Amino acid sequence: MLTRRIIPCLDVDAGRVVKGVRFENIRDAGDPVALAQHYAITGADELVMLDITATIEKRETMRETVRHLREVLDIPLTVGGGVREMGDAENLLMAGADKVSVNSAAVTNPAMITAMAQHFGRQCTVLAIDAKKNSPTTWEVMVQGGRKGTGMDVVTWARDAVARGAGEILLTSLDRDGTQQGYDLELLRAVSAAVHVPVIASGGAAHVMHMVDAFGAGADAVLAASIFHDGHTTPQRVKAELSEQGIRVRL
Amino acid sequence: MADVFVIATGVANLASVMAAWRRLGLVAETTTDAATVHNAPRVMLPGVGSFGAAMQALEKHGMAEALRYRWQHKKPLMAICVGLQVLAEKSEESDGARGVGIIPHNIVAIPAAPRLPQFGWNDVEGEGNFPYASGFAYFANSYCLPKIPAGWQGAWVDYGSRFVAAMSCHNWLACQFHPELSGPYGARIMTQWVQSC
Repeated sequence: MLTRRIIPCLDVDAGRVVKGVRFENIRDAGDPVALAQHYAITGADELVMLDITATIEKRETMRETVRHLREVLDIPLTVGGGVREMGDAENLLMAGADKVSVNSAAVTNPAMITAMAQHFGRQCTVLAIDAKKNSPTTWEVMVQGGRKGTGMDVVTWARDAVARGAGEILLTSLDRDGTQQGYDLELLRAVSAAVHVPVIASGGAAHVMHMVDAFGAGADAVLAASIFHDGHTTPQRVKAELSEQGIRVRL
Repeated sequence: MADVFVIATGVANLASVMAAWRRLGLVAETTTDAATVHNAPRVMLPGVGSFGAAMQALEKHGMAEALRYRWQHKKPLMAICVGLQVLAEKSEESDGARGVGIIPHNIVAIPAAPRLPQFGWNDVEGEGNFPYASGFAYFANSYCLPKIPAGWQGAWVDYGSRFVAAMSCHNWLACQFHPELSGPYGARIMTQWVQSC
């Protein structure tokens, strides 16, 4: 039986991990390579790295980071953030990413999803959606790092993107991101029921029970950043606790 | 000479595979040359893209013939993911495309799969005398080989239905999963294959 995946997420700006990393047991916790290797050794099933670099000039740094990560990483790596055109996706794949996630560019140009799926394969094509709650049962697709609304409905967009070739959905709740209140379970239920591809839950995880709830709501994998960056726990320990809760994981 | 030659005819991202060989301390080189694939001590056939696209790229470089040559002459080969699938006759993924035809079976969409693609870590369980280790491996597939071909030894994986996770015959090893992304287990499988040939 397939196991549920635990995916630490690194936010990287110009080659440095930026978001709330407070490790004491790693020499340089801002170094994405050191951190990624630490996560791989301590039981991460996969890694996501998001490039939050604002300037295009620094993009080459990101490709260099992906190259270095690939050398040490023996688990899958998804890279996203700032993927605007096919050439960006190709550069990241050539540098060593196994999957590439697209967000704003896919909204502006949905044909890019189809092009990626046809050229690189569905299994390389991840759609990232940033969702903001409009009503108890509807969510709006937000772009440009969550700053700009699109008027598009999240569930409709997820369905459309999968029909175009997206092989996985990385679903972030902007309402929950950074709140530590747990994943948005209604959002997860709605999207995972609407599509047949795997859905990764993101935004709001503070402890293991939040992950148990997310899996119960249909998530195939959970993304978490701060819970691991704090250094208080490891993917391995989280998975041992999940296993005790009856969730099947790779131990 | 390199320890392993990796066939690089597709629109492949071979970075993961090449890095995996380097981590094992082996020298791997990519090749698009059929003569090299005829003669190399060890060849890896990585899996990228669809069945049809992979076959088209292999045929264009004379690789299908080179692979059949290696099979007939019992020269070592390791195939990954779509690399396993193209050894079959044909696939539901690509109507009309012909495979390398080394195993007399067809590739099908995974029956009764909860979600497609299957993404993630699943149990690889060897059957009978399958010479490789069992363990958790990383899969990324929507299509599969439903039975172990006659003369091969195999391992199973279960995702809605049971299909071939890996199979071996003399010094050939074909994996549906990605050993290069399967942590220490994948490294162990790759090492075991290299040591077997």
